[in-house]
Amino acid sequence: MYPFKYHRPTSLEEAASLYNGSDDPVYLSGGMTLIPTMKQRLAAPADVIDLSGIESLTGISVKGDKLTIGAFTTHAAVMASADVRKHIPVLAYLAAQIGDAQVRNRGTIGGSVANSDPSADYPAAIVSLGTTIHCQNRSIDGTEFFKDLFETALEPGEIITSIEFSMPTRAAYRKFPNPASRYAVVGVLVADFGGSIRVGVTGAGPCACRASGMEKVLNDNLKPAAIDAVEVPDAGFNSDLHASAEYRAHLVKVMAKRAVAAMLEG
Amino acid sequence: MKVSLTVNGSKHKVDVPSNTLLVDILRDHLGLTGTHVGCDTSQCGACTVHLNGSSVKSCTILAGQAEGVHVTTIEGIGSVTDLHPMQAAFRDRHALQCGFCTPGMIMSAIDLVNTSKGLDNRAVREGLEGNICRCTGYHNIVAAVLQAAEVMQGSSDE
Repeated sequence: MYPFKYHRPTSLEEAASLYNGSDDPVYLSGGMTLIPTMKQRLAAPADVIDLSGIESLTGISVKGDKLTIGAFTTHAAVMASADVRKHIPVLAYLAAQIGDAQVRNRGTIGGSVANSDPSADYPAAIVSLGTTIHCQNRSIDGTEFFKDLFETALEPGEIITSIEFSMPTRAAYRKFPNPASRYAVVGVLVADFGGSIRVGVTGAGPCACRASGMEKVLNDNLKPAAIDAVEVPDAGFNSDLHASAEYRAHLVKVMAKRAVAAMLEG
Repeated sequence: MKVSLTVNGSKHKVDVPSNTLLVDILRDHLGLTGTHVGCDTSQCGACTVHLNGSSVKSCTILAGQAEGVHVTTIEGIGSVTDLHPMQAAFRDRHALQCGFCTPGMIMSAIDLVNTSKGLDNRAVREGLEGNICRCTGYHNIVAAVLQAAEVMQGSSDE
């Protein structure tokens, strides 16, 4: 790891001012991606700004029909939260599928979402569960957040403070995990909002997105077999040593079918 | 940078470069070499310790992130004459071959048992996903964790 300056601000203002005062800054949340990347010398930031000292970033709360998760909340905390299990059980299930126990004890929802890894699990939920990403000075619609490979709508210096979720009537997430890393080769989240179906896909393309063609078909006929009629073109899909684009396109349909079946079974 | 942390109940202050990892503080500065570095790419889990009670990979924690934390390492859970139930079960079940992964396995397994109910073979295997045994001796490791779980959780648990 190359040398860097470490900072641990205690407020969002202090964090942003450290960021703006550096030539090559990076925010550190749980560090489950950033630290391995730095160890491999694939990243060499001059200033590492650790967000762990900002207390307002942690916690889970329910207000009306929205559930809000602080950006610094760990995957383990999401899994274990009684509020999440009660109101959006699919989110607790999804968090439990991330990496391994040690990663879930450190990794955070804000860090995962801000990173926009094409194979991360949370992005499937961000695009499909009627979410709002709150930052210091503005809020971003979850369907507008992911832009490209490791690229989001966040401006330099912006910090995700919390993520607000709508509560689906029912939902299910199924993924084909890479057997070593547990990253999603493809993951599909199907959610039913009072008869309106939303489908979020991660792992397939450069970043998570909604599958509008599949949503249309499922809105007419909410059955796993209905997905047979959907065309999933592999154009623009990721192709790497784990899976070809063609195979990923195939997996999207298989995972979507499994998710629909799981959702219908309750 | 100066870092103050509590390890196995003792307070320590170390002065290290900011790109030092927690596992290096433990091994190189505090002489606690029971925590191993296996892959150094955050995958194998040999470096697992408890940080404020939860299992973490100490090779993926920066010195600065260790400020003020409570760490428990393999040296802090039992002694030669008074083994932790998990250590005793690993010995009973011959759950180690070369032993390199064992400290991490034991620290992960203790956290797993502490945070789970009704563990079975599958749940132990999933719970130890973050620990790799290159001797591939998983069968006896799982048996040991289940045996220790009975002792740690009391035999009333099914």
